[in-house]
Amino acid sequence: MSRYRTVIGLEIHVQLSTKTKMFCSCSAESFDAEPNTNICPVCTGQPGVLPVINEQAVEYAVKTSLALNFDVHEYSRFDRKNYFYPDLPKGYQITQYFHPIATNGWIEIEDEDGNKKKIRLRRLHMEEDAGKLIHAGNSMKGESLVDYNRAGVPLVEIVTEPDISSPKEARLFLEKLRSIVRYLGVSSGDMEKGALRCDANISVVDEETGRSSNRVEIKNINSFKFVEKALEYEAKRIREVLEKGENVPQETRGWNMKEKKTISMRSKEEENDYRYFPEPDLPPLVLSKEYIEKIKQSLPELPDQKKERFMKEYNLPRYDATVLTSDKDLASFFEEAAKLTGKPKDVSNYIMSQVLRYMNENNIESIYDTKIKPEHFKELFELVDSGKITTNIAKNIIKDILKTGKSPSEIVKEKGLEVVTDENKIAEIIKKAMEQNPDAVQQYKNGKKSVIGFFIGAVMKETKGKADPKVVQKIAAKLLEEE
Amino acid sequence: MGYKKDQIKDFAEEIKEKDKDIKAFITIVDDPEVPESGEYKGVPIAIKDNIITEGIKTTCASKILENYIPPFDATVVKKLKEAGFVIIGKTNLDEFAMGSSTERSAFFPTRNPIDLERIPGGSSGGSAAAVAADMVPVALGSDTGGSIRQPSAFTGIYGFKPTYGLVSRYGLVAFASSLDQIGPMAKTVDDIAKVMSVIAGKDEMDSTTVDVNIDFLKDLNKGIKGMKIGAIKTVFDEQGLHEDVANAFEEFVKVIEELGAEVEWVDVPSIKYSVAVYYIIAPSEVSSNLSRFDGVRYGLRIKGENIKEMYMKTRNAGFGEEVKRRILLGTFTLSATYYEAYFSKAQKVRRKISDELYNSLKEFDALILPTVPTPAPKIGEIKDPLTYYLMDIFTIPANLAGLPAINVPFGKSGNLPLGMQIMGRRFEDAKVLRIAKAIQESTTKNKDGKTHGCYREIKS
Repeated sequence: MSRYRTVIGLEIHVQLSTKTKMFCSCSAESFDAEPNTNICPVCTGQPGVLPVINEQAVEYAVKTSLALNFDVHEYSRFDRKNYFYPDLPKGYQITQYFHPIATNGWIEIEDEDGNKKKIRLRRLHMEEDAGKLIHAGNSMKGESLVDYNRAGVPLVEIVTEPDISSPKEARLFLEKLRSIVRYLGVSSGDMEKGALRCDANISVVDEETGRSSNRVEIKNINSFKFVEKALEYEAKRIREVLEKGENVPQETRGWNMKEKKTISMRSKEEENDYRYFPEPDLPPLVLSKEYIEKIKQSLPELPDQKKERFMKEYNLPRYDATVLTSDKDLASFFEEAAKLTGKPKDVSNYIMSQVLRYMNENNIESIYDTKIKPEHFKELFELVDSGKITTNIAKNIIKDILKTGKSPSEIVKEKGLEVVTDENKIAEIIKKAMEQNPDAVQQYKNGKKSVIGFFIGAVMKETKGKADPKVVQKIAAKLLEEE
Repeated sequence: MGYKKDQIKDFAEEIKEKDKDIKAFITIVDDPEVPESGEYKGVPIAIKDNIITEGIKTTCASKILENYIPPFDATVVKKLKEAGFVIIGKTNLDEFAMGSSTERSAFFPTRNPIDLERIPGGSSGGSAAAVAADMVPVALGSDTGGSIRQPSAFTGIYGFKPTYGLVSRYGLVAFASSLDQIGPMAKTVDDIAKVMSVIAGKDEMDSTTVDVNIDFLKDLNKGIKGMKIGAIKTVFDEQGLHEDVANAFEEFVKVIEELGAEVEWVDVPSIKYSVAVYYIIAPSEVSSNLSRFDGVRYGLRIKGENIKEMYMKTRNAGFGEEVKRRILLGTFTLSATYYEAYFSKAQKVRRKISDELYNSLKEFDALILPTVPTPAPKIGEIKDPLTYYLMDIFTIPANLAGLPAINVPFGKSGNLPLGMQIMGRRFEDAKVLRIAKAIQESTTKNKDGKTHGCYREIKS
């Protein structure tokens, strides 16, 4: 066991994909539009405006809370978090500080070896997003521009307990959370686009001395890939400071993507005093038991439930079920294809190897963004079963289907991939190889039967893999024996 | 009896002339828009300049918004226009409504039409002066700690602060959101009731408004026979209480008794804490509400080397002394270290004061007390802010408890008008007006036989 133990807690902001913003009727979907075209007096903080709570945002927050096993409170309230920043139009953010909508939840994570762990969640609260600062080019040196399209988009913030004990667990946690919000349809969960944002608190405990480092907060980990990297970097950095016998200052650090390291942003003393107080412009948010219950009943099947069902219904190994249900689209595609073909394990094999590899290589998030359709699997399996193509060929043409969307038979035809069934032709190739390689033939005669592989390989090479290896084996054996 | 399109320009000119010495207006609209329809078509109304008017400069009497032209109408303004009212101009106030004299306007002080040497009160001093000087029949003010009622008392008019949540605050530039309420100021209770009928009601844009339907006019003339009124005797403990005010209050009680109501003296001891509580809660909310005036999106901007310097220069140049004082106070009382000791405690005392008032009002139809402890002081007479703060003692309780309260012009100190206050139960605004109307009728009959100062009733 290592001497140092890492303790991590996360604060995650999830942008809700509601139709309108948290407190006004501007679209919450078009903040990628031309700067400042999706704004109104309310979300730009004009004098005299007042907020009105978006019901859909409340519904999404309750949905998310229930899916994350939170206690949803019938009474919650909004508060103001005061600080000055140009992207914050009112000079305060409306959030829930004193009485959040939900507390005391948990998420279960599972690693590749099937080890499970519960991560406790301290709270979930609703708040509004800020705008975006755009630092202008040379023509306006030193000036910054502000785009308020995003200002007021609904967010939920989820705060974990410090239950995460490695950067890898942090990644698994975020993947699980993303998967759940996508299942619920409450957020795109797209970290690269800022729909999921993560700040991390990390400290390291020296198990030998029992001493713990101060807590360091890492901000701006705005990419899925970097969560693990940033935390690994920081855990190592803190360990090294401890090893030198020095103190780790309590501070906020930012992850610098280019240099792949964390950089100190501000010390504890420079922290803001946010002067939280109850938002007088909004009455308390009171939800009825019936309302909460109704949303509970309407929750879709979540990843863990789906996983168990896949294992039972399709007889899949746990690992397959875990991978397939980690993504909602992948799961529903699998299910469609499995039903259509009646061969769930085969579909799973193709998806887990060829399809996912292709998606990873091409940075494709959803299987529905490729050109493959469940029907393609049906046709593909029929081609294999009828002996028209080999399994190897089938694996190879998946990539073409993913890319072009052409049907398997079309691709087989175009590329001439049909199995070579002409036994005379196969025999001819083998005979030719025997003539050219008398040594090998001699070896076979001397009892080294494995040499047959050499002749099979020769046929595969000549037919570009289109010959059925079993047929080739049979003919080769016959010819060699006859020699 | 409203004005027609071709008459309104002359009317605006008239106001300009009348306003030369008084300076009630920050903006008089040159070519006011006369609605095509509405029950009160063509009736001019003045709007306090902290209520947003689309296309008409709204300054809050502050340099930071000196040239701010809003892109929308406050809900009350929208409703007034729909009812036919003509927005004739925007009236002066203490900057961001923080003050009790209108001397704290960043532009100029307004003078009291009764005595030009004196303040008209505040912060709705411009609206009060415009009504008192017969420039307009009605005006809108806003009341956070007495800003409608106190200037109404000093200028001898009616000024009504409705129940919190009855009139939309959407478009009222926030001072202290949990206390602010818009209300009418006029020379007759009927006019007050008519404007209330137009502006009251649930507004989807203001979540703190409540869905209640009140008929302000139906029972207005039914008198107060058989009502039980509580006269707050705690006011006599107030050291600053002027003798003339004390006498007028006793006289007020007699008039109400003569009208057939039963008056009982009642003690509300916690009101003595109301000023202290108010000056913690209001500045706390101010410090947050005024954060948006940062020079980034609108209003004044003074450039700086960096963003922090821009903020500091802009806010330093844009805000006056009193506004800065309250921002500083509120920033302190909300800070993490002092939150419990100040803001949190003040909230508890606010609840206690409210409960005491609610309990009293279980027994009584309404409570009465003077509006202000003194008549209007001279301009510049009061230098320290604390004296002004303490003058709010009788008006603040209604804001803390969210109760409806009206100033009724009653009695005099020399030539200066005095005002008495009627405070009612939440959402029993109509009853408050009904009591005020009974007194108006009686004082008219009993004192000089004229309608009390009314020069033009709003008629459809």
